[in-house]
Amino acid sequence: MNVKKQFMDGLIHQNPVTVQLLGMCSVLAITTTLFNGIGMGLSVLVILTLSNIFISALRKVIPNKIRIACFIVVIATFVTVVDLALQAYLPDLAESLGLFIPLIVVNCIILGRAEGFCYKNGVAASAVDGVFQGLGYTVVLIVMCVIREFLGGGTFGTGVLGPDGVRILPSHFAALGMALPVGGFLTLAVIIAVMQYFLNKPKKAEKKEEVAK
Amino acid sequence: MDWQTLITVAMGAILINNFIFAQFLGICPFMGVSKSTDTASGMGMAVIFVMGLASAVCWPINHFILEPNGLVFMQTIVYILVIASLVQFIEMFLQKAMPSLYSALGVYLPLITTNCAVLGVVLQNTQNSYGFVLSVVYGVTGGVGFLLAIYLFAAVREKLEFAEVPKSFEGFPVALVTAGLLALCFMGFSGLKLFG
Repeated sequence: MNVKKQFMDGLIHQNPVTVQLLGMCSVLAITTTLFNGIGMGLSVLVILTLSNIFISALRKVIPNKIRIACFIVVIATFVTVVDLALQAYLPDLAESLGLFIPLIVVNCIILGRAEGFCYKNGVAASAVDGVFQGLGYTVVLIVMCVIREFLGGGTFGTGVLGPDGVRILPSHFAALGMALPVGGFLTLAVIIAVMQYFLNKPKKAEKKEEVAK
Repeated sequence: MDWQTLITVAMGAILINNFIFAQFLGICPFMGVSKSTDTASGMGMAVIFVMGLASAVCWPINHFILEPNGLVFMQTIVYILVIASLVQFIEMFLQKAMPSLYSALGVYLPLITTNCAVLGVVLQNTQNSYGFVLSVVYGVTGGVGFLLAIYLFAAVREKLEFAEVPKSFEGFPVALVTAGLLALCFMGFSGLKLFG
């Protein structure tokens, strides 16, 4: 088990959102305020870690043919637990995330990790994988929230630093479009493009070396 | 049930609250199978079919089994199992009964289980406490909205193949920008009032 490699994979090289391109719906939909982003990211992190542990512990019991159905039942159970817990303890968050909490069931990240990692690896490795993949997802969410909130409303940290956040730009400078669906698509496009730019750089250097040889 | 409500819900699902561009449901298949208009229309048809059927099946389950027994908290688990088995049954049924339709839709059916638009439409039906007819109408028209969105998007992407795109924007990012511009177009429908 290589914890450092798993950490780098989760955050950069195999980032669930920007490299594996999974779980787009929630990333685009709820990244309007920092509060939503952190809440959603942590919910996914918890569910992903728990379902990873559970599925890898049961991997020798689950028959190969019906494994997807079994994964979905495990995931749906943990999603229901988190959904009810949020409704009880953080009703504000539950209300603003709304439909997207139950929809974590069909978030491809969790099913993808279950199928691609936990079904082949041990409990400890799967738990670490769940934490780091969840962390990678959360980081992207937070970056998107900060950008969209700043450009769309001119504020920072709504819901985290006071109910209206800290105002950075005067309200008439705000570009409302960034808080609307359009802004979600454009922000994610730019983030992925930046990631591709930096990830492809060393490869280009290698290619140049090959050409030089 | 009057016609005005039905038409309002239908137009809302297709244009104003389009599942892709306004609600962000079903983005994964929207991005994944939109490389050509043929596959896009196949996927769209399959989604209309499954969303309509899932709405029709989940309404009685919620109304006659979950609600009377106080099991509403089990909704998410029950719905996703219903959708998964429904998709499996449709696949087996089409394979035996309508091989031509199966070969057209077959590849896309398994993908639909993890399409959040399907689970989303069923959960929304429950949240808005729609009746049976309204649920089915919302499901089918939501699928039509999905088809419209994915077909338009695929048509643009086909043309995009020949465009020169900055290196780091190649592939996925430029597709996202395209989707953003389409979402901007669909924003024009918000505020559309049909009756009065």
